[in-house]
Amino acid sequence: MFARILGFAAVAACIATPVFAAVALGDAAGSYSISPASSSIRFSIGKVGGGGLNGAFARFKGSIRIDNSDVARSQVNFTIFPESVGTGQGRIDAFLRSDAVFDAANSPEIQFRSTSVTRTSDTTALVTGRLTARGKSFPEKFTAELGGLKAGTIKFHVIGKVLRSRYGMDVGTPLYSNIVDFDMTLTGRRG
Amino acid sequence: MSASITNSTTRYGWGTILLHWLIALIFIGQFALGLIMVRLTSQRTAFELIQLHKSFGFLLLGLIILRIAWRLGNAAPALPRSVGTLERRAAPLAHLALYAFQIALPLSGWALVSVSTLEIPSMPFSLFVMPNLPLAESDAAESFWAAAHWYLAYAGIALVVLHVAAALRHHFRLRDNVLTRMITPSSGGE
Repeated sequence: MFARILGFAAVAACIATPVFAAVALGDAAGSYSISPASSSIRFSIGKVGGGGLNGAFARFKGSIRIDNSDVARSQVNFTIFPESVGTGQGRIDAFLRSDAVFDAANSPEIQFRSTSVTRTSDTTALVTGRLTARGKSFPEKFTAELGGLKAGTIKFHVIGKVLRSRYGMDVGTPLYSNIVDFDMTLTGRRG
Repeated sequence: MSASITNSTTRYGWGTILLHWLIALIFIGQFALGLIMVRLTSQRTAFELIQLHKSFGFLLLGLIILRIAWRLGNAAPALPRSVGTLERRAAPLAHLALYAFQIALPLSGWALVSVSTLEIPSMPFSLFVMPNLPLAESDAAESFWAAAHWYLAYAGIALVVLHVAAALRHHFRLRDNVLTRMITPSSGGE
């Protein structure tokens, strides 16, 4: 029994190792559309006295295009629908959707359009672009790490910090930090 | 007559007068702010006014503790001789009730923010983080303390109206110095 498990593990390791070793941005060239079902856009805002406000956006869309010859020419675009914000507390969600924060009724989309992608290692890149929310646009930076590439599916773990005051969403400072920590898992399907 | 900080048996000193009017202003202001902040359509303004209401509530709690200590460590001037037996007995009870409301109102507000499932921190005037009271957080507890705070506010303001009416009666009907001695120390004495 143990021998069988060990044998299986060894075979699995042989299959897995070359795949992950080969995961590099250059090999991932192609166009992908972000699949919301297997992706997530989470955020966290620190709070005085400890803890924080954690939430996620349920609805978003986007695309990732990785240039074969020049990774720097790759592009990442995504659109978040702030109406879909969820924190687990209905009253906070309503507050976030209102004109106090997102004003989702008048500004139904938050957009990110990359302007440059700089490779920082075999599997990581710095993505610079413009974030637009509530009619205001500012350059922002996100760090993307390639998490997997398999059968036309690419997975990135993206993190970045955004100052919400720039977008007219400074309500609640200094009780709640001005820094919004984004933590996204973006899964793209080739096509 | 010298303008003393402490009270004597015939007049209030500046300490008592200042605390009385400062607390009166904040107490009535808090009632008005409380009414307004829950009726606004702008969630942003409402949020900011609620934080301001919390800040003044904590200030009020600090001032009333100071005031009670001041009262206990100071002589209380006697009522004019013309004051009748009934009022002589009722007045201290009314004043005791006023003190009780001044303590209970900020405490019930503090309990409300402590048990609220919104978990919004308290930071009076953005100066420091005020910890929550050690009470369990729940929607039921939040509803209870919100109702308690609301009823205490209306009962407290009703008592303030009675207090003001009594002071005005002393000034305009009885024409004694009960109101004026709380305005300036030089109005003390019989």
